[in-house]
Amino acid sequence: MSEPLVRAKGLTKKFGDFLAVDSIDFEIAKGEAFGFLGPNGAGKTSTMKMITTVSPITDGELTVFGLDPRTEGRAIRQRLGVVPQEDNLDLELTVAENLYVYGRYHDMTRARIRSRTEELLEFAQLSDRAKSQVEPLSGGMKRRLTIARALINEPDLVILDEPTTGLDPQARHLLWDRLYRLKQQGATLIITTHYMDEAEQLCDRLVVMDGGRIVAEGSPRQLIRQHAPGEVVEIRFADGQIETMAERMTEVALDTEVLADRVILYTEDAEATQHELTVRDIHPEQVLVRRSTLEDVFLKLTGRRLID
Amino acid sequence: MSALTRPFRVMEGELVSYRRTWRGTVISSFVNPILFLSAMGVSLGKLVDTGAGELAISYLSFVASGLMAATAMQAGAGDGAFPVMAGIKWRKEFFGAITTPISPTDIVVGRFYWGVIRLTFILVVFAVISVLFGALEIGHALLAVPPGVLTGLAFLTVVTAFTVTREDDTSLSTMFRFGIIPLFLFSGTFFPISQLPDYLQGFAYVTPLFHGVELVRKIALPDVDASVVTDLPIWVHLAYLTTMTAVGLLLSSRLLERRLKP
Repeated sequence: MSEPLVRAKGLTKKFGDFLAVDSIDFEIAKGEAFGFLGPNGAGKTSTMKMITTVSPITDGELTVFGLDPRTEGRAIRQRLGVVPQEDNLDLELTVAENLYVYGRYHDMTRARIRSRTEELLEFAQLSDRAKSQVEPLSGGMKRRLTIARALINEPDLVILDEPTTGLDPQARHLLWDRLYRLKQQGATLIITTHYMDEAEQLCDRLVVMDGGRIVAEGSPRQLIRQHAPGEVVEIRFADGQIETMAERMTEVALDTEVLADRVILYTEDAEATQHELTVRDIHPEQVLVRRSTLEDVFLKLTGRRLID
Repeated sequence: MSALTRPFRVMEGELVSYRRTWRGTVISSFVNPILFLSAMGVSLGKLVDTGAGELAISYLSFVASGLMAATAMQAGAGDGAFPVMAGIKWRKEFFGAITTPISPTDIVVGRFYWGVIRLTFILVVFAVISVLFGALEIGHALLAVPPGVLTGLAFLTVVTAFTVTREDDTSLSTMFRFGIIPLFLFSGTFFPISQLPDYLQGFAYVTPLFHGVELVRKIALPDVDASVVTDLPIWVHLAYLTTMTAVGLLLSSRLLERRLKP
């Protein structure tokens, strides 16, 4: 196997006493779309910033393109495209000028920037906006422009930190479509997200982070099979009944989770589970049967507590 | 790209944005000197010159030379304050730039280069308007542009370093209210500091705009006597302002590195 594009071993980031990233290991191969999943504050962005060489490593090892971010940050950044969590476009400039400035940061000639800008605006479906100012563009357009800007230098690795957070469904799907095309063209992508559907759509492989640690790793399919097998039965009760009902539900399913408003049963056979409920004289107000998703894995691994 | 050329790319970025926003700033570069020179130089000057003034030159010339330095201070401090706060806090474009080969130091140096261009433009305009008002002679006025630029750069760099450590623009307004405006009023721009009480005179000697005003005035009005300027040699002013600029550059580069790469 060829040298991984990114390799981390015992990678750690501390801010004062706060441990943001707690000794994580991972490897990302060329051509892979690799996801970092986790709730807010899990350490995803800190990890991205260390890979981008804009946040010094506290401890452990990290190589990007086989280079050390501590000493060869600039050489690494030359080959990176970075889409930050918050757009940091220059709102006073036009769409094309935003690309121009970054092209110059990357030491590209004006002619090269011009031809690249044309390609990228077409890719980002912004060609007719080349001369518009950025300020009035929609959130989705700004996001696509940020992605186009990240691609100006034809990067070997594109890092996307929560690329679709805050976008409406149409804008998200359009963006996914673009990212999928990028992947088809052979780009290596690192994506952080807390949207499971995003991870399922885009990632070949992913890690789930929680509290600065990696709690699971694999392809979306592997993770579902491993952590949330088969089917899910979600049941709801009338007010105040949940606690007492839940006590009577032991062993009706492989795994049971009691939430404030419903109980979630993980099972290999939903029908058998439902039958078991009837046998025990449990009659919920509402029953929903569905296949388990990455979201179930995520919630199971990172807990359902409200994180903010 | 080398450490010398990278900052030029940052400067180029500033130029591209300036193409979009130049109108407002250019107009104020022309209008402000005209307003100040008419009000303070011509109108107030009539009163001063007919009174029992001790100045050996017209008040208009006195004020024009002082305002040249004070204008540079305001422009430099302004450029070190709000655009820098925008870069780290409001628009965060500095955080984007450092994900490319550009470093925080490149940003500081690039903005410094850009400051040289902008200050030069503002001060050439000021010098020309002063000449049109009959306040200064063209040759001396233009010779006073570089010392004016140096004055502006001293403030640009130190204010940049200050801004980088701040969280919001209230501290910037405070700095202008309690730092820049008092300097503007009491550094010899509008009256010789010999008019100040003794204990304040000593204080004026250590403040930066005093050195800027003295330097610009000694060059713009080479024949003036001790009623107008102090007898400090020019190199003292140059050394003060150069040191301040160098310290400001070093500090802002260090502090921005820390701020952008936590």
